[in-house]
Amino acid sequence: MSEQVEKKYAAYICTGCGIGDRLDAGELEQTASRDGRMNLVKQHEMLCSRDGVQMIRNDIDKEGVNHAVIIACSRRAKVEAFGFNDIAMTRCNIREGVIWARPDTDEAKETTQEMANDYIRMSCGEIKQMEKPTASGQQSRNPNVLVVGGGITGMTAAIEAAEAGYTVHLVEKSGALGGHAARLHKRVPFKAAPVGTLNSPDANLPMPEDTGIADMIATVEGNDNIKLYLNSTVTKTSGAPGRFSVDISTESGDTTTENIGSVVQATGFNLYDPENLPEFSYAGSPDIITNLEMEELANAAGDGPIKRPSDGKEITSVLFVQDAGQNSTEEGRLPYDSGIGDLVSIKQALYFKHHNGASCDTTICFDNLRTPGAPGEDFYRSGQKNGVIFTKSDVREVTPGDAISVKMHDKILDENVEVKVDLVVLDLGMVPNSGPDPYAANEALEGLSDEDKAEELETQAAHAADETSVKVESILNLDYRQGTDLPHLKHGFTDSHFICFPYETRRTGIYAAGPVRRPMDMKQAMDDATGAAMKAIQEIENAAQGRAAHPRVGDLSYPTFRKEGCTQCKRCTVECPFGAIDEDEETYPVYNEARCRRCGTCMGACPVRVISFENYSVNTVGAQIKECDIPEEWDEKPRILVLACENDAYPALDQAAMSGEEISPWARVIPVRCLGSTSLSWVTDALNNGFDGIILMGCKRGDDYQCHFVRGSAMANERMAKVGDTLETLNLEPERVVVHEVAITDIERAPALIKDMEETIEKIGLSPFKF
Amino acid sequence: MSETNKAMIEQYRNSFLSEVEANVEEGEWVKMCMQCGVCSGSCPLGKHWAHPPQEIFMMIRAGKRDEVLTSDSMWMCTSCYNCVVRCPRQLPITHIMHGLATYAKKLGLAPKNQPTARFAEIFWNNMMKKGRVNELKLGLSLYFKDGFGAGIKESLRNKDLGMKMMKAKRMAASEFFGGHGVKDIGGVQKMIQKAQEIEDARMKKFD
Repeated sequence: MSEQVEKKYAAYICTGCGIGDRLDAGELEQTASRDGRMNLVKQHEMLCSRDGVQMIRNDIDKEGVNHAVIIACSRRAKVEAFGFNDIAMTRCNIREGVIWARPDTDEAKETTQEMANDYIRMSCGEIKQMEKPTASGQQSRNPNVLVVGGGITGMTAAIEAAEAGYTVHLVEKSGALGGHAARLHKRVPFKAAPVGTLNSPDANLPMPEDTGIADMIATVEGNDNIKLYLNSTVTKTSGAPGRFSVDISTESGDTTTENIGSVVQATGFNLYDPENLPEFSYAGSPDIITNLEMEELANAAGDGPIKRPSDGKEITSVLFVQDAGQNSTEEGRLPYDSGIGDLVSIKQALYFKHHNGASCDTTICFDNLRTPGAPGEDFYRSGQKNGVIFTKSDVREVTPGDAISVKMHDKILDENVEVKVDLVVLDLGMVPNSGPDPYAANEALEGLSDEDKAEELETQAAHAADETSVKVESILNLDYRQGTDLPHLKHGFTDSHFICFPYETRRTGIYAAGPVRRPMDMKQAMDDATGAAMKAIQEIENAAQGRAAHPRVGDLSYPTFRKEGCTQCKRCTVECPFGAIDEDEETYPVYNEARCRRCGTCMGACPVRVISFENYSVNTVGAQIKECDIPEEWDEKPRILVLACENDAYPALDQAAMSGEEISPWARVIPVRCLGSTSLSWVTDALNNGFDGIILMGCKRGDDYQCHFVRGSAMANERMAKVGDTLETLNLEPERVVVHEVAITDIERAPALIKDMEETIEKIGLSPFKF
Repeated sequence: MSETNKAMIEQYRNSFLSEVEANVEEGEWVKMCMQCGVCSGSCPLGKHWAHPPQEIFMMIRAGKRDEVLTSDSMWMCTSCYNCVVRCPRQLPITHIMHGLATYAKKLGLAPKNQPTARFAEIFWNNMMKKGRVNELKLGLSLYFKDGFGAGIKESLRNKDLGMKMMKAKRMAASEFFGGHGVKDIGGVQKMIQKAQEIEDARMKKFD
């Protein structure tokens, strides 16, 4: 389409913010028109002003400018002023990238001007490879939200989305709404004591309160925007945000297919199986119960005292075993702590103080008492105030009997004691109700030798073939190439971008909320559900316009591939962190634009370089590398290419310049969408062009990753491990290419890393590839 | 029921905690301790205590009545108030320690011959005679608390200090004979007696 319109290139140079004082604007203009071959070059003393923006707008409207380079500040500044969405546009950073990064001295003047000229050449080269991004039009606005799970999280998400005017399809596996919360006698209070409540044994402190579940169920049932599917499961999910096709099947097998815009998975948790903890003899006595059974016992008591399940005796003493089977290093136990068990036990101990009187002995045996949330500390004090006894101890053995014997080690008094009680309550951990992890098989292979890998694959195959082995049931039954369900993050909890975007999963348009993504209590689950509902709504609106979800929110570009060149190697479909790419019958990749986050990891993965975005491709970066002027060897001016992740490393360098850190005059920084999009060809091209060193700056990878695209930086690192071979064939020193993890806070470190490379080059000498 | 069984059942029960709450000055605060240990770490004499305050509080909750009340730990408190200032839960720890000591003494469980306990007794008896403290006699009774021989030795050791104090008129030898008192000592004694009666009446019976 754009082929037919004549391309008109324009460059706009801002001389404000000191640019005009520090640099020779006339020379910049000449560089843009002569080297950059721009059809139109203009200067403005304050380009981001209304007048400056209007000047560009006029050129677009009247002069037919459709490709523009804004030569001014960083792409992270003045985003709104320069938001020309109807043309192909790039930003050339000569403020943070050049004048602020260099000292204002006579000696530095020459190299500073060279830097700015280079960046202009690079941007002019880049813009020639760019096209205006346009939405694919693959989907239209679909205001239907699917919520999977009818517990407190699912109901909250449904109510929030419905009240915002969206239609909600709420699917619940069981016959009733409410989930675990409906079984609770009371809930942990939501509010702390009023500010200024004194520390005192008779302060007015929060107490267990009504769960509010009945009201919430009534709200869901009474809302016309919520369509309820009880006794139902999701049997198939295909498509992409804005055009999901979801099969909802009842137990009897009736299936309805709904068109869905986005999905919230709120499948909650199950309690850890106490039968796995033989030392607590759960199976040995009806008077040794789980924390959920305790709720039912309290419900059964009505207004009277709580009675023992075995013989109906009124309970006079109860002991709570905290963290039963949690925080454990033992195989088969939970390596984590649910975190909320102490609040629950305080609540339940208070049931006894209320129903069975103040003289009922309630002992909570804890190791690390944790009471998260706003009312946490006050609720702990409330328990203490009402005479709940807390003892830091390690419960070693529970023996059934008329009086249950509990052997424990008191850690404060450092002694072994045995106490006898009427009832023992086990604080069991929350186990996420996740679907099978699509990457489990791959993760088991990580770091193994080829031999061990083959063995592991065999074991996995045998396990899959074994009909008696326990198989996790799929929840979403995604019809994706990369597995049926959301990936897991850790310990079986469903994915979330834990560091920045808690509801985002690696499956765009599907949001995990509540205890399925991390252990949490009712209040947190409700907040979580609200957040997820908002993300679901946002995604519906984004998908309708073909806009990307986080972190490139609003991006209209999406990947396409040149079919003739594709070798069907499947690398893109495997490496896409978001499972956005399916395969057609001929095993060619199928890009689902609405599932794509625009990181470009597929592009970096492609060995034949056929994948590109309209405004970001192997060529856009390649052109920048090519257009950078490489001085002759005897000039003794090295060139260092920095490929910096636009999410963390690039802003860190901007910030460094803003705080007065100097950046090497030899560095030429090119922002990349994610280090995962880095093509090995850029490295080879740069070395061949005579760059003396290359620094790749990406985000932290691994379990505590900071990569905005989760796996992008890990993928890049894997690929760059092979860069040594390239260097070897070129007969170059391996030190010339380095990969660093750079955080957004590495304001001093990022320039220092470039300085290090400068020193390395000084040591090993300039590249021999300067022609 | 055997004694061991009974002891086992009493552990981690509210009984002793309730007793402390009812009968010990500021005892109702004990349950609010969160076992952080800042008091024990802040006590300048902490390492000389058999059971520092945090442990005492835990022992109360664990129902260790005899061990607590016969302990000499709370008698070690010098009322420096470091723990009170630092307690994040704002427990009046110093007061509780003295409360526990007083309660133990009342029950006859305080350790015999514990120096601070003895001094407290001497101080009280001294003061109750004249309605004010006779410093000369208080000093002397403290020297002679462990017998005549030890008293002479201790007095000789401190004689220079004593002479200086007399010279500076900080101490009068005449105080040895009777010493001066308040105007209405009978009234003071009656007042104290009444207060004791009120306190005793308020004490709850535990055994």
